Amino acid sequence: MSTASQPTALIKTEVLYTGLFLLGLIAPFAIYPTFLMKLFCFALFASAFNLLLGFAGLLSFGHAAFLGTAGYVCGLMVRDVGVTPEIGILAGTVCAGLLGWVFGILAIRRTGIYFAMITLALAQMVYFVVLQIKATGGEDGLQGVPRGHLFGLIDLSDNIAMYYLVYAVFSVGFFIIYRTIHSPFGQILKAIRENEPRAISLGYDVNKFKLMAFVISASLAGLAGATKTLIFQLASLSDVHWHTSGEVVLMTLLGGLGTILGPAVGSATIVTLQNELADKVGSWVTVIMGTIFVVCVLAFRRGIVGEIQALIQRAGIR
Amino acid sequence: MEIFGVPSALLGSQLLVGLINGSFYAVLSLGLAIIFGLLNIINFAHGAQYMMGAFIAWLALTKLNINYWVALIAAPMLVGLFGVILERTMLRKLYKLDHLYGLLLTFGLALIIEGIFRDQFGISGESYEVPEALAGGINLGFMFLPIYRAWVIVASLTVCFGTWYMIEKTRLGAYLRAGTENSQIVQALGINVPLLITFTYGYGVALAAFAGVLAAPIFQVNPLMGSNLIIVVFAVVVIGGMGSILGSIVTGIGLGLIEGLTRVFYPEASAVVVFVIMVIVLLLRPAGLFGKAA
Amino acid sequence: MTVKKLISVACTAALATLSAGAQAQISGGVVKIGVLTDLSGTYSDLAGSGAVLATKMAVEDFIAKEKPNFKIEVVSADHQNKADIASNKAREWFEREGVDTATELVTTSVALAVMKVAKEKERIALMSGPASTPITNEQCNDVTVHYTYDTYALANGTAKAVTKQGGRSWFFLTADYAFGQALEKDAAAVVTANGGKVLGSVRHPFPGSDFSSFLLKAQSSGAQVIGLANAGADTTNAIKQAAEFGITPTQSLAGLLMFITDIHSLGLRTTQGMYLTEGFYWDLNDETRAWSKRFFGVQKKMPTMVQAGQYSSVYHYLSAIKAVGTDDTKKVMAQMKKMPINDFFAKNGTIREDGRMVHDMYLMQVKKPSESKYPWDYYNVRQTIPAAEAFQPLSQSRCPLVKK
Repeated sequence: MSTASQPTALIKTEVLYTGLFLLGLIAPFAIYPTFLMKLFCFALFASAFNLLLGFAGLLSFGHAAFLGTAGYVCGLMVRDVGVTPEIGILAGTVCAGLLGWVFGILAIRRTGIYFAMITLALAQMVYFVVLQIKATGGEDGLQGVPRGHLFGLIDLSDNIAMYYLVYAVFSVGFFIIYRTIHSPFGQILKAIRENEPRAISLGYDVNKFKLMAFVISASLAGLAGATKTLIFQLASLSDVHWHTSGEVVLMTLLGGLGTILGPAVGSATIVTLQNELADKVGSWVTVIMGTIFVVCVLAFRRGIVGEIQALIQRAGIR
Repeated sequence: MEIFGVPSALLGSQLLVGLINGSFYAVLSLGLAIIFGLLNIINFAHGAQYMMGAFIAWLALTKLNINYWVALIAAPMLVGLFGVILERTMLRKLYKLDHLYGLLLTFGLALIIEGIFRDQFGISGESYEVPEALAGGINLGFMFLPIYRAWVIVASLTVCFGTWYMIEKTRLGAYLRAGTENSQIVQALGINVPLLITFTYGYGVALAAFAGVLAAPIFQVNPLMGSNLIIVVFAVVVIGGMGSILGSIVTGIGLGLIEGLTRVFYPEASAVVVFVIMVIVLLLRPAGLFGKAA
Repeated sequence: MTVKKLISVACTAALATLSAGAQAQISGGVVKIGVLTDLSGTYSDLAGSGAVLATKMAVEDFIAKEKPNFKIEVVSADHQNKADIASNKAREWFEREGVDTATELVTTSVALAVMKVAKEKERIALMSGPASTPITNEQCNDVTVHYTYDTYALANGTAKAVTKQGGRSWFFLTADYAFGQALEKDAAAVVTANGGKVLGSVRHPFPGSDFSSFLLKAQSSGAQVIGLANAGADTTNAIKQAAEFGITPTQSLAGLLMFITDIHSLGLRTTQGMYLTEGFYWDLNDETRAWSKRFFGVQKKMPTMVQAGQYSSVYHYLSAIKAVGTDDTKKVMAQMKKMPINDFFAKNGTIREDGRMVHDMYLMQVKKPSESKYPWDYYNVRQTIPAAEAFQPLSQSRCPLVKK
């Protein structure tokens, strides 16, 4: 692509994002809002995950820990302490960030598969803690979390009001990710992913950058988890189970690793599939998910968005 | 006699039980370690393949009336063959890519295999009786040791150390080890490395199935029997140092013993103790107990 | 496959009732029953497609026998044991698809989540599968019926009977999370109240697979009875390994939450002599046998109490609608609580104000292999526990709806 065409490409992207943003504003009048809210939560979760895998090259197999912990913290704060929803979400996000910092310190010393295994094991510890302490309700889950009033004013039990809160949370989260990727910090992350020794020799404190990326990713995953708790008014063990960690990998992979919109597209596809398949195929859900995984890895590694981008690029060259 | 307020008889029996579990960990983590050593892939389907081993033994007994001893040999071979097919048709395509894709592929495979078994056999599981010759038990004074459990220790240690001997002391093992170090040079020496890789994956998978057959009479044979166990085994491999053959065996047994002790002194923590140890080990020795520093 | 076939059966059944009539009182002109169950996970044998089948059977029988002047439709979905999927589905059903009742709902997390949605939308939740007592206690509401059983009934029945029959000293093997601990607490109270003694307990991680160390502890306690305060694969593995270590038959085991599917998968050789409490057994009398054989014809498995209870609850619900001539939640609930339940599943069953359906329970002892004459011949009925004794008395209820 020549440098001359870049401004137009930039304008095109801006038009695309503005269009998508407006679409999101009117969507709840066409599509079932609760479903949309769930979709946005997972889109944010997957985007946060992608920040780590797609742009820093670190595969965390324990991201459910952040989603779940934030969900439980937010739920407990809102239900038992009685804070307003925005404080609950904030508390959940901060806790997830702190947990991310602890995970990060332990995990970033290794890379690749080692990193994945360590995050998996740490997340497993979180799972046991959540299962066993009284406050979380064990297998019953944390139930009956009130949606409450935003800033003490706006009643969130109204689905449309809740939708716009979720949409705002998603947009902010997504914007943070977008900015992070396009900032100098994001560029350094990419440099580390491509060639770590080189980045070190250029004088970057690689571990510090990785840790920071991990904390941001964990916090945003937490943001998604805390919001999810408010939507469904519950947090349950499946949020912290390693299957959820696997699911987010699948979403990102399917949508397009290292693309900005990919994780959102991937999670939308998976959540829709799960929703639609629920009444149709019964026990074959996991088999279908597994097959998507295998097909993605073998034949479709760029993911949906990645393939589309490649198509556009090829058309542009021609 | 008491040790820390625990009767020594109970302590002894718990250590023995720990040793039994440790043998399982050892066989499973050995399989993972061998695969990782040569293919650089964490085989997420290991738990599913372990489950397949157990199910094949059960199917063989109930549908075809094939006894335990035949199944002990045949099931690993069948599952190993299945592994060879997987390697030839799928894993092979991924070697040039980031190793993480191997992990993701096998994760997907695990989902498929478990899903199919669940659909076919339901979730409650099936019962596999202890073979006639190994039924009953011996009274050791401090505990009643089922003969079958003793057999598990003997069988798994034999297989573990046999494998270790093969890798460390034979020509085939030398090729394997060389392949792990630098596959291009080995290839240049005229050794068929792709075949070696296929064989290795098949053997690692067969080990998982072997553990599955061993487990069938002890645990309820059900489609999810491997999915929780495998996470613990991953931790064992990480602690031992990935790719280290002897490391995986020793760590497997050692962690089984430690888990057994935890069950005496603080049973609530026995599920997390392996992960706690993992964190400590990684803080002190990032490459694992027996791993080479990265 | 079976599920798909069943759906088509129900559709034809629904079409058959197109007959015109006074449908003004039925919202949307059709009574829509949603079966939200676990079709793929841990509880799929216990409830799952069998529960969907039972629902279809109830609808078919109801149409054939009662000739209602309203249409009935059945929809089903897999909640995959995830509370958020369940709550999402239930909301969608209530808000957009005009579903009148969400039924089955196995797994407590799912049940608690859906009953809250049902309350919010003023629809009915009929629970056959879930076990936990909070459903009719702290969390109770006036749109929920807890139909088949609960942990209190099972633990209570088994612990009481075993203690009374001479199992005086107990040791508990408890799954280390809220559910297991609650089960242990309930059972231990019953044991002490009946003159027994609890020698101790050991908590095992959940889920566990190897129970030998915990069993050895239980063995060294010298207790006559080892109470298994866990469920599913944990229970079956513990039973299997207890036999392996020669703990049974010297000490006996009491499963506090077990189902016929567990006995079926473990086999009689391992489980013989065990006591357990059930709300239903296919081989109780001619009525249960007739129904169960019809069920077996399609499912190729005998029904569990959850599946039989599912049939009964749906039939009762439809009868109530016919009686009041509307599907209005308040009126239907009032009618359901007013009418006694009399069918193959329950005799003189009643629904209390806390939503608990109380009916006779049965204390079973698992047969010896030599006593079992035909497939699924598993139990000797040792005692019928009368409804009044089987469930937690209202006086102990922690449900705010109960006026004291």
